Amino acid sequence: MMEGMFAFAVGLLTAAGIFLILRQRTFPIVVGITMLSYAVNLFLFSSGRLTTNGAAILGQSEGYADPLPQALVLTAIVIGFAMTAFVVILAMRARADLGNDHVDGRVPAEDEKDSGLTGRRKVL
Amino acid sequence: MSLFWVPLLPMLGILIPVFAARRGRNFCATATALPPAIALGVLLSHAGAVFDGEVVRVSQSWIPQLGLDFSVHLDGLAFLFALLVLGIGLLIILYARYYLSERENVGQFYSYLMMFMTAMLGIVVSGNLLQLWFFWELTSISSFLLISFWSHKAEARQGARMALTITGGGGLALLAGVILIGEIVGSYDLHTVLNSGDLLREHALYPVIVILVLLGAFTKSAQFPFHFWLPQAMAAPTPVSAYLHSATMVKAGIFLMARLYPVLSGTDLWFVMVCFTGMLTLLIGAYVALFKHDLKGLLAYSTISHLGLITLLLGLNSQMAAIAAVFHIINHATFKASLFMAAGIIDHETGSRDMRQLNGLWKYMPHTATLAMVASASMAGIPLFNGFLSKEMFLAETLGQSLLGALSWVIPVTATIAATFSVAYSVRFIHDVFFNGEPVNLPKTPHEPPRYMKVPVEILVALCVLVGIFPSFIIGDLLFTSAASVIHGELPDIKLSIWHGFNMPLAMSVIAMVGGVWIYTQRKVLFDIQAQFPEPEPRRIFEHVISWCVHRCQQFIQFIDNGSLQRYLFLFILFTLILLVEPLTEMTGSAGNLPRLPVDPVVVLAFVILCIGTVATMMFHRQRLISLVMLSIVGLIVSIAFAYFSAPDLALTQLSVEVVTIILLLLALFFLPQTTKKETRPALVARDLGLATMVGGIVGTLCYAMITRPIDSISDFFLANSKTGGGGTNVVNVILVDFRGFDTLGEIAVLGIAALGIYKIIARMRLYMPSADGDGRFWSGDPHPLMLRVISQALLPLALLVSVFIFLRGHNLPGGGFIAGLITSIAIIQQYIAHGVEWIKPRLTVNYQWLIGSGVLIAVLAGMGSWAFGRPFLTTWFDYFSLPIVGKFELASALVFDLGVYLTVIGATLLILANLGKLTTSHRPQETEL
Repeated sequence: MMEGMFAFAVGLLTAAGIFLILRQRTFPIVVGITMLSYAVNLFLFSSGRLTTNGAAILGQSEGYADPLPQALVLTAIVIGFAMTAFVVILAMRARADLGNDHVDGRVPAEDEKDSGLTGRRKVL
Repeated sequence: MSLFWVPLLPMLGILIPVFAARRGRNFCATATALPPAIALGVLLSHAGAVFDGEVVRVSQSWIPQLGLDFSVHLDGLAFLFALLVLGIGLLIILYARYYLSERENVGQFYSYLMMFMTAMLGIVVSGNLLQLWFFWELTSISSFLLISFWSHKAEARQGARMALTITGGGGLALLAGVILIGEIVGSYDLHTVLNSGDLLREHALYPVIVILVLLGAFTKSAQFPFHFWLPQAMAAPTPVSAYLHSATMVKAGIFLMARLYPVLSGTDLWFVMVCFTGMLTLLIGAYVALFKHDLKGLLAYSTISHLGLITLLLGLNSQMAAIAAVFHIINHATFKASLFMAAGIIDHETGSRDMRQLNGLWKYMPHTATLAMVASASMAGIPLFNGFLSKEMFLAETLGQSLLGALSWVIPVTATIAATFSVAYSVRFIHDVFFNGEPVNLPKTPHEPPRYMKVPVEILVALCVLVGIFPSFIIGDLLFTSAASVIHGELPDIKLSIWHGFNMPLAMSVIAMVGGVWIYTQRKVLFDIQAQFPEPEPRRIFEHVISWCVHRCQQFIQFIDNGSLQRYLFLFILFTLILLVEPLTEMTGSAGNLPRLPVDPVVVLAFVILCIGTVATMMFHRQRLISLVMLSIVGLIVSIAFAYFSAPDLALTQLSVEVVTIILLLLALFFLPQTTKKETRPALVARDLGLATMVGGIVGTLCYAMITRPIDSISDFFLANSKTGGGGTNVVNVILVDFRGFDTLGEIAVLGIAALGIYKIIARMRLYMPSADGDGRFWSGDPHPLMLRVISQALLPLALLVSVFIFLRGHNLPGGGFIAGLITSIAIIQQYIAHGVEWIKPRLTVNYQWLIGSGVLIAVLAGMGSWAFGRPFLTTWFDYFSLPIVGKFELASALVFDLGVYLTVIGATLLILANLGKLTTSHRPQETEL
């Protein structure tokens, strides 16, 4: 059951991440990428199989969890932060330079008419 | 000298004209002629061996992995063609010296010509099929360059492009055919291939090979329906037309058919394809030639027709026909090259090639006229000239076959009709140009050309006559030797003589001659009939087809990638999904046999919170702040999951990264719209939701399948050697700083680069700073509350102490450079939040870029330190010491490496967040600072 719950959580995180990165505006995509990195990290981590009470600290427990995926995921988390930061800053820069936060850099004509952009949101 | 020099000398010769050109045309032509002349000498020095029936072979490995050797295979056929290429090439060099004016770039022209000569020699003496193909394509390219030599003319550019497209496309088909042959035979070596005829003919792929190879040959040799490029190629300077488009390059297709004749011919398929293509080409070429008013146009269609004749002969599947084909190759090369040169002289000295203007030139240039008339007579097949001999053989062969059963008479009748037209256009060439009244409106007054311009024509015309009168003596050995290598076996008993008695072929010849003259006299009527049909314009049709293709391709690209990232990403994920489904359905079941872990209520609770958080993030994604809060819940549960599943290091890292990520996203949200607008197309949302669910389902299944199956991990090594080899009990940390230290080094470098990239993006960014939140409420007037300031200031030393502790214990207990770095960063960011940038700026004067740089540098130096002890890069050194009070402790070089990690992480995190934070203050980067 534990494994089933874990796998379900990974699947759900993936689905949420995929749905969010398919949106039109940049911010949901950043959230989606963060979500996807949770999913990917958990997935990679689980390739060492699930172990409880077995931290890979020598002499502290009977059996040890697989330390290799943990080491790889650890750096992946930090790099993932750098990537999220890069994407979000890029999104801000795109809005600053292009005047909108659409992923294509321009708002399609069909969306333009009811975009409801108020003065507050317009970029100087 | 080695046979390698035959193609290599002209190759060296490509460079000579470039340097020789500035010293005048005489010098340039002489210098250019030198390498082919020597190559001709080398070739002739092997004549004895070749005439004795030997195959002279030399070979040098080129790209052995592909089966490609640079090898020379000199048999009779190769000898004949190499002789034609070099001999006529030398005459062309002399002729072009007078044809090109001083203003033109003679050096470039000769350079291209030598490049073509190299390519052509590379084809004909090739002992390897891949090598043959390589040079085959090189002829297409050099032909392109030569046709477009007068690149200021649109017709030259279009003609060149058309020739390249057609012959280059055929070349690709040939490559496919050659590769198939190589795969079946197991070698590209010509000798091996020539001895594998039965293997190839009985193979299931034989029809494919024949079609592919013939596509290559037909396009190159301008066979119907690919013939149209050749007349367009007449935009080239006449020496090029004489050399490439009559004597040599267009014969490359014929050469290929002759070369592979022993292995590919002898089947019905070969007969049907080659014979009928040749017959159609022969007829169409001969007919159209009569109606061309342009001298070179007439000769171009005549060339097409004669190439069709040779193809027809090769298709008849008879040895005698193959011999006749070889004979006609020689004869056609001599009379057609001389006719082109004569046409060039006429063009050069009168300024026109239009036969409606050119009349009565006999008076002005009798010498040239005589030469042209002899060559035309040979083209028409008049006795005592060489064209007559091969035409008689041709007619005899068409009579001798019975390939079409009761309809076999079609072939000789077609041949006679074509021969009649051939006589007609030859007569027109002579009569219209040299007699038939006076010249009409010529731009120049015609006169004889310079003396030496006629020498090449004289030599070729002399050969026409000599071969025509003394065939066995002049050409016998060469013909029989080369024919023997075409049929790859014993020659039938044949005699070359000019008189065979009164027989059918002679009767057909007579019919053709009388009929031809009669057609010519009736030309007015014929021209009127022909004028009713609109003349197809190959150039326009071709350009139309090309632009249609380009348009279609653009449409297709537009269809695949219309510039919408959303759609692009959707298709990408969809395709990934499709690729994943197939292997998954082949799995027997998702569950493995690993014993399951027990479940406790706390875990279930965490699981439920995670699910709610995830779904809420997704549902509220348009209210961005709520979505972000939900995301942070998910992140927290993930850290708890890591802690629960025995990964304390990961839990600590995830927790601290979570904090900086949420701060970062909150900061970003300050500058971005607070809500996402509702999407205009609900169908898209439903579509994405469906795709996301499917991908999530597959990933979940994969994950479940993976974690329920046993694993054979390499991690036992790390567990066993962590303490003894790396000096630490926290295996994860030892892997990071020791076993896989190189990876970590790369990763902190990436981290630093990303941070610097972000720094550059933030610079010059001009964003509107909102003064209120999404609902219009103004921000608080007191951005730095007193309570927060006091508490955070008190917390700072504590937080730093914790981070040092975490850092130091990292080697043996959960912790290490990454986590400690993140904790330090959070402590400092907290000060930024509590006090604002203005307050921090004078108190913390660390340059974060320097911090990143020094961090990576320290890590590299720590790694290089192990070199001093003769150990590989990044080997850990450690030892135990004891001090009073402190007691026994360990010092390890890994700690220094971890320090580098620590500094880089702090530098990167703060560089990103502090700079982004600055945007909210008056310390926004100014353009002048950059």
